[in-house]
Amino acid sequence: MNLQVPVDGVIDGALLALGAAGVTLTYGTLRFGNFAHGELVSVGAYGAWLAAGALATLVPMLGVTFDGATATPALLIGLVVGALVAGGLALAVDALVYRRLRARGAAINIVMASFGVSMALRALLEAGFGARPRYYSEDLSIALDLQVARVSPDRLMVVALVMVIFGLLALGATRTRLGREMRAVGENPSLAAIVGIDVPRVVRATWMVGGAVAGAAGVGLGLLVQVRPSMGAELLLPMFAAAIVGGIGSLRGALVGGLLVGLGEAIAVQWAGPEWRAGVSFALLVAVLVVRPQGLFGRAP
Amino acid sequence: MSLDLVGLATYGCSFLVLVLVQSVACLGLNLQWGQTGLFNVGVAAIVAVGSYASALVTTTVVEGRFGGYGLPVVVGCLTAMVVAGGVSALIGVLTLRLRSDYLAITTFGVAVVIDLVLRNVSALTGGPLGIGFIPRPFEGLASEPLSFGVVTLVWVGAVVALVYGVLERLVASPWGRVLRALREDERAAAALGKSPVRYRLEAFVVGGALMGLSGALFAHTLGFIAPENFTSALTFELWAMLIVGGAGNNLGALVGSAIVVALWNLTGLLTALVLPADWQARGAALRIVLIGVLLALVIVIRPRGLVEERVAVSRDLDAP
Repeated sequence: MNLQVPVDGVIDGALLALGAAGVTLTYGTLRFGNFAHGELVSVGAYGAWLAAGALATLVPMLGVTFDGATATPALLIGLVVGALVAGGLALAVDALVYRRLRARGAAINIVMASFGVSMALRALLEAGFGARPRYYSEDLSIALDLQVARVSPDRLMVVALVMVIFGLLALGATRTRLGREMRAVGENPSLAAIVGIDVPRVVRATWMVGGAVAGAAGVGLGLLVQVRPSMGAELLLPMFAAAIVGGIGSLRGALVGGLLVGLGEAIAVQWAGPEWRAGVSFALLVAVLVVRPQGLFGRAP
Repeated sequence: MSLDLVGLATYGCSFLVLVLVQSVACLGLNLQWGQTGLFNVGVAAIVAVGSYASALVTTTVVEGRFGGYGLPVVVGCLTAMVVAGGVSALIGVLTLRLRSDYLAITTFGVAVVIDLVLRNVSALTGGPLGIGFIPRPFEGLASEPLSFGVVTLVWVGAVVALVYGVLERLVASPWGRVLRALREDERAAAALGKSPVRYRLEAFVVGGALMGLSGALFAHTLGFIAPENFTSALTFELWAMLIVGGAGNNLGALVGSAIVVALWNLTGLLTALVLPADWQARGAALRIVLIGVLLALVIVIRPRGLVEERVAVSRDLDAP
């Protein structure tokens, strides 16, 4: 049996899961679906592209690729820069737009504003960088034969990156004070404030972490595919679908949801053709909303 | 140099026709969001459904494509309303009982899927090239651009006047009052025995039908449609119209449409004149940023839009 399709699906799904982790974190804590999450992904990818390019020029040693991969030490540092830029942007957007609206109430107004922010950020990226795709490297990452399937070193590195970040997020959510405070704010911001939690600080931390995770996902996507202004927007539906399938607020759910969507997409591409890829997310989303709106690991309202 | 008055007048007509066509979708959005508080991110997709539905039943037979019944334009418009309303009903039944932003996410997904269908199911939609040779009323006058423009403006204007009149009645009716009551305080309205899900669904379907009508008018004034006409930029534009004009009242939807279409055309002219050829694509992106900035300014300076919703306690007494 050919395992190439499921293996590819799982690897793409892992990257989706990383994007969904950012969605589930901000959605679960701040109680609104952020339509600009896709642009945080794109901004992270562009941030890393700029940083890695500059670093490789200044310090040629950092531009030497890892064995068999196209990723370089410069790109690893770029990853950190891209994640920080995306996190910083999320903070800035919250301070400029969302915070004012939060004060006025009605969560749905913030959802709407995030849709506008998404359009504006994407247009800015396109005006600044052009619609032409960029690549972290012109080289090819040659696939290794791992018996069950062929996987390139770049893809293996992305899987490792996703596992490390999920590990850190899980530790942070369960073992740190901030993680517990985030869950408390997600449950009920007013009660959280009453027991002495600094809610605005938790909100800022959530944006920073959620934005950084989105940015990291963008760098992974940029490494495996390409860097384009619309890359994040095209990932938005799969990310939302993965987060909702898994259950909003659940990290485990984001991981399982991402893998499910990734597998489904790989199978759909095989059977129906690549143009139907995006349909899978929608089908899974609708199925979950009909059968189990709280998602696999979410709690019923 | 003599000013080309005829050309200018013809341009004016086509500009106003576009404003009127878009304003119908904006009125539909006003019913969904302004009156009822339902956030629809897939407006362009519902407009597309109506546009294609009407085009498919009114055009003549095309080899290898569905439809081509050659029906009258009126039947096409009604079909558009029924099909777009039906799609909206499906979305509504699925999501209106869930938390409010699931509707937004689902409509976003619908927009993605409908865009896929428009581009890839050529047997139904004509694929990336879209549909051409859509009948335009009074086509016989097309050789005289100005008369054709004026006649088109008149019949589209009549349709919009009809829609506007019906909507004003609806909004002032007990049904409209329930919608606003639900928007303001769902629990209070439910306590009075009004079913939130039922009224929301009705508003969502009627709004969707209007978006479909707008799509049909678009098809029958332009004569050809393609997937490019119905991207998320259109959704954004329609939202900008509603917010700039002032959500919650129908006049605001009309005013907003005129302002945004004017701005869109002016900035298009400006970028075409000022920017070099290889910057044109970026210019289009800058226009979206510009509309976004306008939107942000209006939200900050006049949060309730240029034409504010008139808040009344009763028909004899304005709110303090």
